[in-house]
Amino acid sequence: MGRVPIIKIGDTLIATVQEDLHDRDALDLQADVSQALERTGARGVLLDLTVVEIIDSFLGRTIADIARLVRLLGARTVVVGIQPSVAITLVELGLELRGVPAALNVEQGLGLLRRLNGREARNERRRLV
Amino acid sequence: MFDDEVLPIRGEDDIVTARGRARERAKALGFGMVDQSRIATAVSELTRNVLRYATDGRGEATLRPLQGPGARVGLEVVVADDGPGIANLSEAMRDGVTGGQGLGMGLPGTKRLMDEMEVDTGPGRGTIITIRKWRR
Repeated sequence: MGRVPIIKIGDTLIATVQEDLHDRDALDLQADVSQALERTGARGVLLDLTVVEIIDSFLGRTIADIARLVRLLGARTVVVGIQPSVAITLVELGLELRGVPAALNVEQGLGLLRRLNGREARNERRRLV
Repeated sequence: MFDDEVLPIRGEDDIVTARGRARERAKALGFGMVDQSRIATAVSELTRNVLRYATDGRGEATLRPLQGPGARVGLEVVVADDGPGIANLSEAMRDGVTGGQGLGMGLPGTKRLMDEMEVDTGPGRGTIITIRKWRR
């Protein structure tokens, strides 16, 4: 297990990413999230970046990779709590975390995950009808 | 003002140390939150390139306070390695068409984060990248 704690609430995994993540912690997070999904069958992953002070291209790419990986495992990812200064830096760096839905805080993130999963369930039913 | 600070770049932990020190220096010089984030991120990008591309992944980062004309305050960071150098600098400075980063070294993005950037490199003679940010 890496340094990022992952807890399960309902069918959502919440990973609270620390202040200053080393590259190996970011890679551990990727492995830990996929193992936790496999173990728990959770439908959503919330990456809480509230205290993260730096997202460089390595961490940005790792977050996008995690979101893609989670998608392949049948769940969705939402990132929450990106600080405004970090968001500005990300955009200037040319990393918009495309394909990774974001919300302002944990509460709104949980709502967004519910909507994403709800929409998927509706589409699924439509296909079945 | 502080003296130049030279930080060795030899391993992954040194990236974290270098960007952390750069942020502290920027804060001490009176840079705001966004500029602190820009500077720390730029240092993270450049020092990671040292580990990735330089011979044995070794180099150093120097943090230097600047006093410009009219009490202008700035921070300069010089990241140097004696690796193979960048053979095709114009390619390395080009933004990728898919929003990627040309040669994948993140140089165009790093340049956007800073006010000034100079690259001194060539095949076989290492790479010295100097970046500067001026306080507004």
